[in-house]
Amino acid sequence: MTTVANSVGQKKGFGATLWDWLTTVDHKKIGILYLIGGGFFFVLGGIEAMLIRLQLLVPNNDFVSAGFYNELITMHGTTMIFLAAMPLLFGFMNAIVPLQIGARDVAFPFINSLGFWMFFFGGLFLNLSWFLDAAPDAGWTSYASLSIASTGHGIDFYAIGLQIAGAGTLMAGINFLVTIINMRAPGMTYMRMPLFTWTTFVASALILFAFPPLTIGIFFLTFDRMFGGNFFDHTMGGNTIIWEHIFWIFGHPEVYILILPAFGIFSEIFSVFARKRLFGYSAMVFATVLIGFLGFMVWAHHMFTVGLGPTANAIFAVATMAIAVPTGVKIFNWLLTIWGGNITMTTPMLYALGFIPSFVMGGVTGVQQGAAPLDYQLHDSYFIVAHFHYVIVGGVVLAILAATHYWWPKMFGTMLSEKLGKITFWFFFIGFHMTFFLQHFLGLMGMPRRVWTYMDGQGWNLFNLISTIGAVLMAIGTIVLLINIIVTTAKNVRVGNDPWEDGRTLEWAIPSPPPFYNFAQTPLVRGLDTYWIEKQEGHNGYTAAEPVTDIHMPNGSIIPFFMTLGIFIAGFGAMYRVDHSWGLPVLVFGLAFTFLTMAIRSVKDDLGFYVTKDQIRRMERGRD
Amino acid sequence: MDLNTKFTPQSWPDHPETATMEAKNKFVGFWLFLGGETVLFATLFATYLALKNSVPDGNEFRTETLFELPLVFVMTMLLLTSSLTSVYAMYHMKNYNFKQMQLWLAITGFLGLGFLALEVYEFNHYIHLGFTFSNSAFSSAFYTLVGTHGLHVALGLVWLTLLILRNAKRGLNLYNATKYYTFSLYWHFIDVVWVFIFTVVYLMGVVG
Repeated sequence: MTTVANSVGQKKGFGATLWDWLTTVDHKKIGILYLIGGGFFFVLGGIEAMLIRLQLLVPNNDFVSAGFYNELITMHGTTMIFLAAMPLLFGFMNAIVPLQIGARDVAFPFINSLGFWMFFFGGLFLNLSWFLDAAPDAGWTSYASLSIASTGHGIDFYAIGLQIAGAGTLMAGINFLVTIINMRAPGMTYMRMPLFTWTTFVASALILFAFPPLTIGIFFLTFDRMFGGNFFDHTMGGNTIIWEHIFWIFGHPEVYILILPAFGIFSEIFSVFARKRLFGYSAMVFATVLIGFLGFMVWAHHMFTVGLGPTANAIFAVATMAIAVPTGVKIFNWLLTIWGGNITMTTPMLYALGFIPSFVMGGVTGVQQGAAPLDYQLHDSYFIVAHFHYVIVGGVVLAILAATHYWWPKMFGTMLSEKLGKITFWFFFIGFHMTFFLQHFLGLMGMPRRVWTYMDGQGWNLFNLISTIGAVLMAIGTIVLLINIIVTTAKNVRVGNDPWEDGRTLEWAIPSPPPFYNFAQTPLVRGLDTYWIEKQEGHNGYTAAEPVTDIHMPNGSIIPFFMTLGIFIAGFGAMYRVDHSWGLPVLVFGLAFTFLTMAIRSVKDDLGFYVTKDQIRRMERGRD
Repeated sequence: MDLNTKFTPQSWPDHPETATMEAKNKFVGFWLFLGGETVLFATLFATYLALKNSVPDGNEFRTETLFELPLVFVMTMLLLTSSLTSVYAMYHMKNYNFKQMQLWLAITGFLGLGFLALEVYEFNHYIHLGFTFSNSAFSSAFYTLVGTHGLHVALGLVWLTLLILRNAKRGLNLYNATKYYTFSLYWHFIDVVWVFIFTVVYLMGVVG
């Protein structure tokens, strides 16, 4: 019962607080940990982006060396995809999805914590490369021939860091799937689930089937670089194209893993701030599933120029263009949701409205690249860079920023300043288009991606200059957001259950932030947008599906932290085994340590604890 | 959950592996995990098929000259039989017959151990012939595919040993029934993967 006492108790010392966060299995706290971790890496990746843009500010620039530039682009891409965008989305999934389905936690709270620590230590491992050796420099795709030839330990950091972080992602994916399948409250049928829950569900299924190939691909790379394997070495019978296939069989679903939750976030925002039910809910669900399915059929469109032949290219071209259909369905449904709605121009709504034209532009250039013959022209040019930044920044990052403003009050109990939020939006939005719009034309003019500088007199100077200024605007927007967060936290003005006043889904029916057991009584879900239905009928809160009973909650545990620490240590052993005699013992020790923690976990009963009826009544009363 | 609830064969639920909320979660989660494992092995198989017999000039090692079916046949029989014995164990688990369950699981473990010993012998034999991990792309792909399966067997054996020892004194309850059940799922999965390895790697390597 100590845990209960702690969570309702008074101020704790620093040590106790730290211990609490290291051992927490509460999905809301893990969500916050993901936001902090992902936010940190987002800033890091942003700094790398700024250095790239400063290097390209003027022709023949020598602000950074060619080698360092390669490290910058590699780390920028890898960090932003694996360590910023995904964890930030996981943060919102963790914090919100259990609330939306009326659950008290995720299905596997222990594994949830393990998944977070794996992500964090994997990211740490990858970024320690800056200090310990050289950072990876073969691009975020690390195509095999190049990555095998790379000297130093840079690529080893990439391989092992991503392996650890990727395992964490896989665990999170399975966890969300089981949570959504098994833990929905009574009445929460699949076709009543909020769109954010639906998109989390489909994205998690994509994680389940896309990450194992990445695991295997990275193992091959690790074996080839560190353990004498020959998968990609053609002189030994290997085949370098295998890496490309495996990487993109993972890599293409990965972009849908990012964008589907973003779609979910915007679906929530449109319907709340237009005060209308989401238009075409079932079509939205169907489109989400279809996009997820088609996402596995198109990986070779990243490899049109490899030479797979016209038949393969044609099939993958058609499959690629087919994805535009369900995506178009979504765009029109959002437009029809706003149509005739009673619109409030809040910060999240601004992001949502900005998202539609931005993302459509990224989608249109995507279909253009899907035409294989045209792709031969566009391949490896700045047109590609412009395209994927339009979908990733114009889609995913705008969604993350929107969600930050939208769910901040639910997660932290305070409201971010709307004024500063709108300043962030305009700086970021204008800066984004300034940076990337002109890169389409730079690409068409022939500017290649991943090259550290360019010569004068090709007509590229002005566009590159404008592009860099745009990047500065985005950085200012991000800084304003950070100031906003600090100011809001310092002021600490508490808000009620439903601070936007038009919340439709279950998370808005409970306090902000929710108590650690979320729902004093399991809710009864009465339809799509169940909280909206309750409010229409004049109810305050949700209809309960059960009387107040004892609540079963999971125990906190430090084991996930140590389990990951073992793998983290083993990673260094595997990497330095080639140069130092201490490498092998460290590798063995790290793995043995992890297996020991796994054995402890397996042998020690972890039955959780009960919060009694009386304690719940007392805590609920204390709030009113 | 109360571990002290005493069951009789009559009061023991028909599906003890999914009798509680935690158990249902573990059950579904484990099936999904096996789905991910399927994709993992599919990637390994695809790579193996792409690199099968792909060796540098002058390298002698090919599937036809390397593999010998009698040994692999014995390994296959051991593992297939261990799958059957694990089914017996689950039959007894559902009937709340703890002693019989432990016995059949122990037999399952010994059969698995026999399989693993033969695999170690096989790999050792190849390495002495000079067919090492670094010998060619083919050798890397072979050892990674078959070795990953072997690692799964080894981890399964550790898991099984821990299960048998940990629960030896306290018998069956609704907390560990799921653990036993998911182990048997895992063991069947390993068996199915081996059937594919036997077919794709060994049979098609020698005959195909």
